[in-house]
Amino acid sequence: MNTETKPDINIDRSIGDFSYDMDYAFDAGVGLSERTIDYICDVKKDPDWIRAFRKEAYRKFLAMPMPTHWASRDLENIIFENIRYYLSQGQEPKRSWDDVPEKIKQTFERLGIPEQERKFLAGVEAQFDSEAAYSNIKAAVGEQGVIFVGSAEGLKKHPEIFRKWFGKVIPTGDNKFSALNSAVFSGGSFIYVPPGVKVKHPLQAYFRINAENFGQFERTLIIADEGAEVMYMEGCTAPKFETATLHSAVVELVAMKGAKIQYVTVQNWSENVFNLVTKRGLAHEEAEIKWIDCNIGSRLTMKYPGVVMKGRKARGEVISIALANDGQHQDTGAKMVHAADETTSNIVSKSISVGTGRSTYRGLVHLPRHLKNCKNNTECDALLINSHSRTDTYPAISVRGKQNACQHEASVSQISAEQIFYMQQRGLSEGQAMSLAVNGFVNDLVREFPMEYSVELKRLIDLEMEGSVG
Amino acid sequence: MSPTLLSPPANRSALHPTTPASGLALAPTFDPAWPAWFHETQREAWEEFQRTPTPTRKDEAWRFANIKAVAVDDFVPAGKFLSSVDAIAQSKLFDAVSTRFVFGNNQLLHREFPALPDGVIVKPLTEAARENESLFREFFMSQPVELGSHRFAALHRALVQGGVMIHVPANVEVALPIEIFHWVEGDNASVFPHTLILCGENSKVTVVDAFKSADNARAFACGVNDLHLARGAQLTYVAVQDWSDSSLAFHINSTVVGRDATATALNVNFGSKFLRGENLSRLVGEGSRSVMLSINPMDGEREIDQRTLQDHISPRTTSDLLYQNALDDKSRTIFAGLIKVGKGAHETDAYQKVRNLLLSDDCEANSMPGLEILADNVRCSHGATSGEINEDELFYMQARGISADLGRRLIVAGFFNSLLARITNEPVRARLATLVSKRMGVAMDDPKLE
Repeated sequence: MNTETKPDINIDRSIGDFSYDMDYAFDAGVGLSERTIDYICDVKKDPDWIRAFRKEAYRKFLAMPMPTHWASRDLENIIFENIRYYLSQGQEPKRSWDDVPEKIKQTFERLGIPEQERKFLAGVEAQFDSEAAYSNIKAAVGEQGVIFVGSAEGLKKHPEIFRKWFGKVIPTGDNKFSALNSAVFSGGSFIYVPPGVKVKHPLQAYFRINAENFGQFERTLIIADEGAEVMYMEGCTAPKFETATLHSAVVELVAMKGAKIQYVTVQNWSENVFNLVTKRGLAHEEAEIKWIDCNIGSRLTMKYPGVVMKGRKARGEVISIALANDGQHQDTGAKMVHAADETTSNIVSKSISVGTGRSTYRGLVHLPRHLKNCKNNTECDALLINSHSRTDTYPAISVRGKQNACQHEASVSQISAEQIFYMQQRGLSEGQAMSLAVNGFVNDLVREFPMEYSVELKRLIDLEMEGSVG
Repeated sequence: MSPTLLSPPANRSALHPTTPASGLALAPTFDPAWPAWFHETQREAWEEFQRTPTPTRKDEAWRFANIKAVAVDDFVPAGKFLSSVDAIAQSKLFDAVSTRFVFGNNQLLHREFPALPDGVIVKPLTEAARENESLFREFFMSQPVELGSHRFAALHRALVQGGVMIHVPANVEVALPIEIFHWVEGDNASVFPHTLILCGENSKVTVVDAFKSADNARAFACGVNDLHLARGAQLTYVAVQDWSDSSLAFHINSTVVGRDATATALNVNFGSKFLRGENLSRLVGEGSRSVMLSINPMDGEREIDQRTLQDHISPRTTSDLLYQNALDDKSRTIFAGLIKVGKGAHETDAYQKVRNLLLSDDCEANSMPGLEILADNVRCSHGATSGEINEDELFYMQARGISADLGRRLIVAGFFNSLLARITNEPVRARLATLVSKRMGVAMDDPKLE
């Protein structure tokens, strides 16, 4: 078997690789200072407490070092002075596609968003650079009292819910990038699902970077009240520019008693995006938070979705698929903090490293003292395709006290020469055979994705298997 | 309330009243037993120790660590060892040995060679540095300390006095174990035991280090062992650590395994208040193999902080790590292991597993099993499990008249004994099984026990 053969994994980034010259009405310029933050506050007409919050976060951002003592030194290539922190056409999203400016509309039409909305979504938000260009929720869902708006609108129209939870799951100083996001955040979704309401169809947000050197810092807050259920899906694309771009989001989920939140991400940024995202959920009694995370794009992704299980019998889950191709580093994982009795968590991570790609799993499982009957299960499997591929696993598991159980298992493997040989005997090329084996490796996790989204996944990872069955 | 499950059945008795502290802080003594050139090494090491900052928890190598516990300011040079007659009499883990050395407070108290084959060298390091200078210079602490304790390794190098060099020539098999005892005595006394083992091509040897306190005083042990295996050599190295329950200990190991050689290293930790253990196996020869084992019965407020590296450099190498902790009372463990498969180390098989048996509500087990794979065609897996005793097993034994307390002790002893199955030397395995069972207070039928 030739160790240099790569599977025919054609990630379809061509569909997102285009950009339009825009005349932005609002532009905070290049670089970051207190003035940039004042500009954003003024344009967005932020209340005073948000301005103070941003400035405090900015001070923390400046004070915190880059976490390169454990993370990739590639972070040092982010030049914060060269980034544009705010670009928009206006702060009010449109409710109808017809009202969306022509070039932005073309962008999302090329990405197939309106079509998908008609087909299966309960609501859509489309963010173009700093602000949502379009936001709509189906009338029937709105009538149930579900709020699905941009974060700016949530802050202005629903301050009583927004302020209660904003920044509470992920404190500003959680890490350098959450501090940066807190200083300059713009866009993202605010969702509130009233008690007992089960939103049947997914809500979707689509994030698009259009401008070169632009940093996208959206902020999403989702609250599912008692017994409510909601699924949220996000997709990300950007054109491939000459220079690196930064995406640094903060996503906070709050599941009240008995609520269920599923958060699905298919990340397909172009290969020059630094994707440094902080995601965490707070699960109250008997609540369930599930992160389904698929990372196939970006230059460097660092993302460890977490669940803090605060109430009895709360449950957290992370399902993660990462594909690192040439020049990419997918540094992903999960954090599970058990803070109440009988809480359970599950982490399943699968990564594939192709060519010079590197995938890393970092995990944290924390079961503090004096809890009873908490359980964690972690499985991470890595597949190495070529001789220059790299994979790392760095879990940290702390268990205090008996009556709790934790198990962690990880394996690293290759596609066996016998498998490839067998398939080649049946007329497949070596590349096709490898693709089929890769597909088999992730298949059980792909099935965890919601039906509608597995279509999206298939579109993104085209495994080119035509004629291979039989 | 039942007695502490993992505490030894009887308190250790003091062999001798504690000696008063000498009042001197630690500093190199430049013992004239060492050759002059080694004094220079010690001077450099002392400077390195002084300029190396104390670790902080922000260092990845000290994540979760109890930094306060590793302060060495209170410790003093060990005084004259007063209990040598009793210590020599008690320095016997194995009845039949090929060689036995006994050190007390860094000084050689006794040596005997009942069955050492011709050509095999076992001698104090100070003699080896003079008489086998080239071997000593080539191998003594020749490996970089990579797992975080370079500051303490420098301290060891600056202050080392006691310990042996073992050299087994090519094609020689030493049938019976070589046994080395290191005793410490006195309040805040410091010892720096060192074991340097050089296994020639196709040689075979078993070496047992035993570390013991002669009293209940708090002591400081900062030990290093270097194991070097030439092509085809087979080494079994066992360290039975039983410092007093208030002591601070560092045990820093490096093992270099040559082509087709097999190293098996077992660390049994019965004592010490805080122990930092670092074990590094470097698989430099094709087809080399390293087995890394540890047995840690933890009780009271004892802590053990173990960091390991399985460094695969050549193709077709194997490593297999199994560490088992049983945690009672307020004990705490840290296991941080890394399997590193370098570029070109193809067809590597590497396994790593830590098993924590949680016995109390206040114990804490931290596991960080890591993998870094840069090669192709490897099979690697790691696992970490933490859980409690299966109540069904206890019930089964209670139904047969075995009390819950005894049942628990039997289960913990069985948990450790399953690991000992990996020691292939049967008399050594059986003796270790007895020691472990005795520590659990369940080896009542053993005729060797009183």
